[in-house]
Amino acid sequence: MNQQICLNDIRPGQHATVRALRSTGSMRRRLLDIGLVEDTDVECLGRSPGGDPTAFLIRGAVIAIRSEDCKNILIRAL
Amino acid sequence: MGLTNSSIGIKAVDSGLIIQKQTPSDKVIALAGNPNVGKSTVFNALTGMNQHTGNWPGKTVSNAQGYCRTKKQSYVMVDIPGTYSLMAHSAEEEVARNFICFGAPDAVVVVCDATCLERNLNLVLQTLEISSKVVVCVNLMDEAARKNIRIDLPLLAKRLGVPVVGAVARKKNTLSGLLNSLDGTVGAGSQAVPLSVHYPEIIEAVISELQPVVRRKSGEQLNSRWLCLKLLDPDESLIQEINAYLGEEFLQDVELNQAISRAKETLAQQGVDSDRFKDLIVSALVKTAESVCEGAITYEHHGYDASDRRLDRILTSKLTGYPVMLALLALVFWLTITGANYPSQLISAGLFRVQDRLTDLFRFFHAPDWLHGMLVLGVYRVVAWVVSVMLPPMAIFFPLFTLLEDAGYLPRVAYNLDKPFKRCCACGKQALCM
Repeated sequence: MNQQICLNDIRPGQHATVRALRSTGSMRRRLLDIGLVEDTDVECLGRSPGGDPTAFLIRGAVIAIRSEDCKNILIRAL
Repeated sequence: MGLTNSSIGIKAVDSGLIIQKQTPSDKVIALAGNPNVGKSTVFNALTGMNQHTGNWPGKTVSNAQGYCRTKKQSYVMVDIPGTYSLMAHSAEEEVARNFICFGAPDAVVVVCDATCLERNLNLVLQTLEISSKVVVCVNLMDEAARKNIRIDLPLLAKRLGVPVVGAVARKKNTLSGLLNSLDGTVGAGSQAVPLSVHYPEIIEAVISELQPVVRRKSGEQLNSRWLCLKLLDPDESLIQEINAYLGEEFLQDVELNQAISRAKETLAQQGVDSDRFKDLIVSALVKTAESVCEGAITYEHHGYDASDRRLDRILTSKLTGYPVMLALLALVFWLTITGANYPSQLISAGLFRVQDRLTDLFRFFHAPDWLHGMLVLGVYRVVAWVVSVMLPPMAIFFPLFTLLEDAGYLPRVAYNLDKPFKRCCACGKQALCM
């Protein structure tokens, strides 16, 4: 049921864990480098005034990710 | 033994740098680390040099070297580019990896930032896969103390299997621990058994198949476990380096290639393609770093606490984000423009008084009018104008901007402005150039 939800589907304040990455190439490497591997806990902190990008707390660092990249980060909502 | 290339120097791959030893017994130490961890400060403090390196990409792809000595040993320190990993994703990572693997340093010092050690361990773990002669230098211990981060260095050393020393590179005397550990590490009889990252079973299984063959073919020069991992997922530059280091016949060896394709088949049968392979490796590294740090690093209050959250809500919310940003930038510009008037007036008054004196001087020597016109009314006057108009605003604007940067506000500006900039096919970061 939870199969296709991605980082765009959590609202500020909610937590989720990473299930898989669909992105490829350098973006995939970048996401892995910031520690977005399977089972990593991610907290949504808030959206930028323009509505995009969204800020997430990932392994102790605040990182902003655009929605076009979020849709390739599949998660399990908690 | 003559002073051949092999006795006095080793050629650092890619950068064309020749390591110059002062005496043949000098030990070569590679100084590695993530960007922005004070690696250059450590290098300068150890070598007494004044090496400047920039943080923009492509700046430090070459290696700088300097000398330092302890009571027991003299060292050649080689400052290699700051990188987050040794996967050779960028020119810097390639140079760093190639030097650590193929530059044959006697030891590697990995400089880490105490305030985000877990993230930095990624590089440490990858270095440990290549070499057992590693000293981990945890820099910025004072910053960590200020942020109430407690680090159990002995426990980390026990878990990693190599010396871990704390330092505050700005204070030279705190580096003695690093030098003592280096003496021990390069000294005879030191046999560190570094932590080895445990990969998922499928990868471990193919490694144990492949490793005996690789070890037999490559000899003892390179870490065979590491070489196995790389041979299963090689990149262009690695192949070149291996050819240069082990000879071209190594990669052409029939038995080796059979073993590699067998291993790749096994992986493919389990659904592990090249991308999946990389993922598994990176995940294993991240999770190992996590477990190494567990209990060894404690945060009094977690990195991003309630007051940060409250402040960010004001600085980046829909309602207040843009007004606060405009107000702050307007304040900076107002301070710059209004504030610059006073020093501008002072400087121009001073410089033009000098111009009058110069005119007097020219008159005194009865210099021709055209000479006075060209040098004093032309060159001097223009320079004086430019200095008095440009210098004060710059001397005010850049420090103010640095304050905003140090306070961490600039990334928030980029965050706020990313969407409008994306519309113009750019990204929020470019807002800062404007």
